[in-house]
Amino acid sequence: MKTLKLALAAGAALTIMAGAAQAKTLVYCSEASPEGLNPVFYTAGTTFDATSVPMYDRLVEFKQGTTEIEPGLAESWEISEDGKTITFNLRKGVTWHSNDVFTPSREFNADDVVWSFERQMNPEHPYHKVGGGSYEYFNAMSMPDLLERVEKVDDYTVKFHLSRPEAPMIANLGMDFASIFSAEYADAMLEAGTPEMVDNNPIGTGPFEFQMYQKDAIIRYAANEDYWAGRTPVDNLVFAITPDASVRYAKLKAGECHVMPYPNPADVAQMRDEDGIIVESQEGLNVGYLAYNTEKEPFTDVRVRRALNMAINKDAIIDAVFQGAGKKATNPIPPTMWSYNEDIQDDPYDPEAAKKLLEEAGVTDLKTNIWAMPVQRPYNPNARRMAEVIQADWEKIGVEAEIVSYEWGEYLKRSKDGEHQTVLLGWTGDNGDPDNFLAVLLSCDAVGASNRARWCDEEFDNLVMEAKTETDQAKRVELYEQAQVRFKEQAPWATIAHSVVFMPMREEVKNYKISPLGKHDFYGVDLAE
Amino acid sequence: MLGFFIKRLGLVVPAFIGVTVLTFALIHLIPGDPVLMLAGERGIDPERYARLRAELGLDQPLVVQYWNYISGVLQGDLGNSIVTKKPVIDEFLTLFPATIELTICAIIFAVGVGLPAGMLAAVNRGKTLDHAVMATSLTGYSMPIFWWGLLLIILFSVTLGWTPVSGRISVMFWIEPITGFLLIDTILQGNWDAFWSAVHHLVLPAIVLGTIPLAVIARMTRSAMLEVLREDYVRTARAKGVSPKRVIMVHALRNALIPVITVIGLQVGVLLAGAILTETIFSWPGIGKWLVESINRRDYPAIQGGIMLVATVIIMVNLLVDVLYGVVNPRIRHQR
Repeated sequence: MKTLKLALAAGAALTIMAGAAQAKTLVYCSEASPEGLNPVFYTAGTTFDATSVPMYDRLVEFKQGTTEIEPGLAESWEISEDGKTITFNLRKGVTWHSNDVFTPSREFNADDVVWSFERQMNPEHPYHKVGGGSYEYFNAMSMPDLLERVEKVDDYTVKFHLSRPEAPMIANLGMDFASIFSAEYADAMLEAGTPEMVDNNPIGTGPFEFQMYQKDAIIRYAANEDYWAGRTPVDNLVFAITPDASVRYAKLKAGECHVMPYPNPADVAQMRDEDGIIVESQEGLNVGYLAYNTEKEPFTDVRVRRALNMAINKDAIIDAVFQGAGKKATNPIPPTMWSYNEDIQDDPYDPEAAKKLLEEAGVTDLKTNIWAMPVQRPYNPNARRMAEVIQADWEKIGVEAEIVSYEWGEYLKRSKDGEHQTVLLGWTGDNGDPDNFLAVLLSCDAVGASNRARWCDEEFDNLVMEAKTETDQAKRVELYEQAQVRFKEQAPWATIAHSVVFMPMREEVKNYKISPLGKHDFYGVDLAE
Repeated sequence: MLGFFIKRLGLVVPAFIGVTVLTFALIHLIPGDPVLMLAGERGIDPERYARLRAELGLDQPLVVQYWNYISGVLQGDLGNSIVTKKPVIDEFLTLFPATIELTICAIIFAVGVGLPAGMLAAVNRGKTLDHAVMATSLTGYSMPIFWWGLLLIILFSVTLGWTPVSGRISVMFWIEPITGFLLIDTILQGNWDAFWSAVHHLVLPAIVLGTIPLAVIARMTRSAMLEVLREDYVRTARAKGVSPKRVIMVHALRNALIPVITVIGLQVGVLLAGAILTETIFSWPGIGKWLVESINRRDYPAIQGGIMLVATVIIMVNLLVDVLYGVVNPRIRHQR
């Protein structure tokens, strides 16, 4: 036993010494293994955090900590008069990473951009089938319909030809699936007969270079010395894969990692009191809502919808369902998104007024249902509980509601078909563009798809469709602000809540910015001595 | 002996078929369409939905799916993971050494502590020591692994700072796998700092995983010893003046060991099941954690293949124990 203790002590001492001799290493306790090392095949944030975020760049980027677009590998861009052609002027002097089998002979240029999109859109491309050939996000964002052609004009100019004018396209190009790959590396690997190396041994232009990945244990990156936007302050970045939230917390406390995502909401209060740990928080890019089926009586009447909205006690929901990790939602888009309309007032919680409004609409003894999802989602950690709270609230104004639930796949399908009267659901944004909420969830085209309220309002629809083709950003903001006003007047949903994202980190971590898009980005993050 | 071995081997085949049917049925009985679930709120257009289902082979009748799977397995092909697109068998073999390393250390801990504790309890039957050992082992046996693991982490890693919280080795070390067993690889590479770091990381998970088998072994040793101590030959040995130490260590323990060895063999299954939880708590990169993640991601081939491989290991260990038992005790192989 004595020997064992000695051995342990020696081990501990050596570990610490080894640590001190090393360069500045930032350790992030990530929540799971990435699905793979090439982001184009996947849609999970965990995978993006480990791939597209540290290792790759895109033509445009989201400004850190915001949903706004800024230049990335493209220095500037122009949109044609008809909105169907976007010309990108590419950045010069951007270098590629290297590894054991590949040393780049040239800098980033237009060939790389063309290659990155061709692989996903062209079934004849030599790399299309490599790695299974399923480009989930590219398809989910309707890119095959939208993107007709990517054309190289010269080494530093690329033209994107679209099938229709679409302003949110620029935001799409900041998404993870639009990461830019090295065409030279791809060609070399194809020639060597090992094309899968492109997916398994990433070469990017991003702030961190890939070093190694041990499945389910660890991912290592080193700072890219020649990063075009400036070298990141730390020398190494390590992802220590730690699936259990309580264990992540223990590691953070013990100093084994500097930053951890997704704490248990119940632990947050204690973390805040802990010495050496700080907790930052922000609303997530999501919304949880209750949609009224506006094609069914009596929800066709706006007074009924408003009355039911006024009867819901959202504070009680935030306490009971979110345990504080949520924020009341007023608008259908989260407050971190550009064009969020601050001036809109939420419906007051007022059961008496609600009752009166129902009477005014001539509705008595209303019997309805509330559909509750069977799964936990970021925007709704416990739908059953939420439904029970709403059921009790509505009972106070004489409305009797039955709670209905189905298996998740079935639930999505039936609610898409409009079988419900009221349904709980939500949405997590893809590209930070308001179009991704307002058009996807509430436009006339989306009835029978993601528009669970089956609400088709001409005034709202015109605003959103105009914003879709408008290229002037200030005008788009204005149109979306108006659309939110119209939405609130017409109340197709009860907007319930946005989740709150917590990021606990050690106090020596400097310059970490929470991303409203849910990414975990360590570029520019430093460790105080 | 050969006849006995073949008979035992014959029992393996139905057990194996049973395992494949059961895992296949369990996975497909759980409601939910993996493609729809993956698409989530975003939805999926019918054309792409049909194509993805066909790619996964889910559009075929269950019997056909089972047949395709089994014929693959018989040819040594467990399929590719839906998520990583890599062969299931490769992923399993990469991660399995970590699980074995942990399991072996847990067994060493369980036997090393459980056996002497059970003996002491038997020899001191009815005394305070006996009660203490039995009460402790009952507590150990009833301890939920998850809670026990967190408790130890909070005490030893967070409060006292003696052991690391989780992982297999400090993030400062970078060991290229040779055998996949870190304790061996670090020695082969002559990296003693890394070796100690690996040992350091093993202590808590081995204790947590070994706790339940330890309790079982302690109780089994105690009752087997008590039974043997009542035997005539023990009384004879004592009567002719053999020292009490020799009576216990030589005459009694040897015979008491036979049921204990069987129990240790059976505990391999318990250990592999326990590894799923232990690995999740300690972020141990083994097959337990891999299976949990595969289930979360509805990675059918990985779940199916993983469970089958684990079951195969358990069946093989039990076959080995059966055969060894026959070797040790001639009465068994001549029965029936």
